[in-house]
Amino acid sequence: MHPAFSVVLFTAATGAGYGLLALLGMLGGLGFIAADIWLGLVGMVLALVLIAAGLLSSTGHLGRPERAWRAFSQWRSSWLSREGVASVATFIPAALFGIGWVFLGRSGGWVAVAGLMAAAGAVTTVCTTGMIYASLKPIAQWHSRYTLPAYLIFAAMTGCVLLNALLQGFSVGSTAVLTGALLATLGGWAWKLATWRYNDRLDIPTTANTATGLAGGTVRSIEWPHTEENYLLKEMGFRIARKHGEKLRWIAQALAFAAPAILLAIAFALPWPFATAASVLAAISQFAGMLVERWLFFAEAKHTVTLYYGRQ
Amino acid sequence: MTCLPAQTEKKLGLVIDLDTCVGCQACVTACKEWNTGGYMAPLTDTDPYGGHADGVWFNRVHAYEHTTEQGGRTVNFPRSCLHCEQPACVTVCPTGASYKRASDGIVLVDEDKCIGCKLCSWACPYGAREFDTDVGVMKKCTLCVDRIYNDNLAAEDRVPACVAACPTSARHFGDLGDPASAISQLVAARGGVDLMPELGYKPTNKYLPPRAHTERSAKVDAPALEPIKAEGGFLGWIDRMLSN
Repeated sequence: MHPAFSVVLFTAATGAGYGLLALLGMLGGLGFIAADIWLGLVGMVLALVLIAAGLLSSTGHLGRPERAWRAFSQWRSSWLSREGVASVATFIPAALFGIGWVFLGRSGGWVAVAGLMAAAGAVTTVCTTGMIYASLKPIAQWHSRYTLPAYLIFAAMTGCVLLNALLQGFSVGSTAVLTGALLATLGGWAWKLATWRYNDRLDIPTTANTATGLAGGTVRSIEWPHTEENYLLKEMGFRIARKHGEKLRWIAQALAFAAPAILLAIAFALPWPFATAASVLAAISQFAGMLVERWLFFAEAKHTVTLYYGRQ
Repeated sequence: MTCLPAQTEKKLGLVIDLDTCVGCQACVTACKEWNTGGYMAPLTDTDPYGGHADGVWFNRVHAYEHTTEQGGRTVNFPRSCLHCEQPACVTVCPTGASYKRASDGIVLVDEDKCIGCKLCSWACPYGAREFDTDVGVMKKCTLCVDRIYNDNLAAEDRVPACVAACPTSARHFGDLGDPASAISQLVAARGGVDLMPELGYKPTNKYLPPRAHTERSAKVDAPALEPIKAEGGFLGWIDRMLSN
């Protein structure tokens, strides 16, 4: 699948944004993170800007963005529509929570309810995003039991690493959040490795034989219907050289998992401001790594239409 | 609505005979000619006379070499929308632009509602939908909905343009939901198949596999010619003289 940068950025940014929003809503609303106007302002703005930037970025690949409002109508059948509804609905409790926790400096009571509802909305939205991909049967690498948990795990991971950087930045670092960030990073790494292992051994039942209805023997494409690349090949026939794929997997692992894990481990031992520097670097490195990981998620996904073009 | 009808009154579709298709591309050009002025017009071409011609086509004919133990053959393979009974391209549509008609099962796009998110083209395993970069919306085969019900055309012309154009009658049009229809009988007689049945889209269109090889057909795996052996007698003498 063609890795459109707008969609790569969208899933990475909204994942981190919703992860951070969910954690702030839960921990702030219940009073585990003390209300503080500057911490709250920076945290909520960061989360909402990541979400809004991601959503705006995703409209960047629409052919007719001025009609985007229509996408809220088909939530009964379409995961994309459900994502649209959930993402917009989440802004309401998020705004209420922001007002209560950031500006009024309150936690508990209705602020806790709003925070928990914002967290639930964030989790729901990430689920709908994951299901858009997990529901696509023609792309075996996405239509797997690994896809939906991956979206949730990576949102929790990037959100937690961001939250840790934020708390460290305001010198209210919490060992629990730091531990959570480190464990989530290691968990995300393990999940990604398991996903790649599964995908590399995938035995896809759809072949050139079933695609053409020609049973038995071999089916070899000898002539395409067109001499130039068409929409199908540009959008779904993206190919990545195996050697680059392997290199990019190492780069993604180094940036998204290994470097943040090491930096977070170091942050345990260092005093302020060095722990802050390590935590912020971990968050930046992880976001860059997640962009590479998202890019690979698309580039390594093979659509069945490529079978018609002789690509195995 | 992008929810699917529980069932459709008719299942209009095509049956494509891979035995008789000669790959002449007449259906391809007839489709383009009709539909670039039809329901989903225009079928935009970009840079049509330049080095990177690209454009929207609803019907594309591939060519494959199918090799089995019985021998090998070239198979021309027209590929277009199969108007599936379970079209995920419709259910993934967030705007309601894509829909499957309850009356005849045709899958269509309302271009005025399409936002061009392209998700439907990802959801189609067959590559039936093509994006019009110029108009910014998705386009697809309409089964010539503006021909098959068109009272301005003579009755025999009320078939999709690709069917009307086919010089070898490799394309057939009719109601595949009616077991008594000529097209259903043809599918039953020739063992018509679904494409990618394992994905569960339940395509309406069927493909008739090439007929089995017969003993009468030429053997493509005949042994290579032996080199000429030197013989005795007059020819052998000439061979020896010329070889010197």
